[in-house]
Amino acid sequence: MNSVLQKEEKPVRPQPVDQERPFVSPNVNIVETAAAYVLEAEMPGVAKDGLEINLEDNVLTIAGRRQPEPTAKLLHRESNPVDYRRVFELDPSIETGKISAQIEQGVLTLTLPKAEKVQPRRITVN
Amino acid sequence: MTLTRWQRPNFWVSPLRRVTSLRDEVDNLFHLAFGRLADSNVENGSQSLEGWFPAVDVFEDKDSLLVKAELPGLKKEDIEISLHDGYLNLSGERKQEEKHEGTDVYRSERWVGRFHRSISLPCSVEADKIKATYNEGVLTVALPKAEEAKPKQIPISVK
Repeated sequence: MNSVLQKEEKPVRPQPVDQERPFVSPNVNIVETAAAYVLEAEMPGVAKDGLEINLEDNVLTIAGRRQPEPTAKLLHRESNPVDYRRVFELDPSIETGKISAQIEQGVLTLTLPKAEKVQPRRITVN
Repeated sequence: MTLTRWQRPNFWVSPLRRVTSLRDEVDNLFHLAFGRLADSNVENGSQSLEGWFPAVDVFEDKDSLLVKAELPGLKKEDIEISLHDGYLNLSGERKQEEKHEGTDVYRSERWVGRFHRSISLPCSVEADKIKATYNEGVLTVALPKAEEAKPKQIPISVK
């Protein structure tokens, strides 16, 4: 079947110590177009230099560290001031060498292009 | 004789405000007890009745209040900020993106639609010196305290 980013969250994988900090899962939208999958993740408070995107085999990890908080006295808190992290398993049809990422106003957009051979192609008959 | 507009004395606390702050406290307790669960309901879940409910933090130092709201992926011009009767109102909208032809949706966890938050300010502020910035998807509103709300040191003279 047409499994995208087939599975998520593989907490059993051994993680480096640094990643044992508490984290929340960012909310994501994932859509598929003819040429690519597009993943958007909401990470408010994360700047470009706080982002970490790792690809190991076909496991994609996105992580974000927030900008430091103001030092003023806290009166009221609703945000969860921890890192963001989420793990996705990529479909083999994704060309991992061509993944591109950008972050704008706290939304990370990843474009995961499909390999040429799986893109639909129209063959014209002469 | 001149007529002056009646002004609420400083010590008078609006009964409504007390109810609001009580409600906030109950909300906080709920938040503490159910933490993640409550979060996921708010963020992922139902945009049904309440709409979207962005997280707001409030900080205070000697001279000012700082209100931060998590609003990922908005346009600056889609955020409205107003000050009314001791309340800071934040509202805005994230519009539904156009669905493109031949696009399949696998996950749709991001919110869309309108939000509105009213934050009861703990002291009076200088309305015309409020500054707002929007960076990394976080709206930061800096509200300088009014002179009378700032802590004052009163020197004691010894004779």
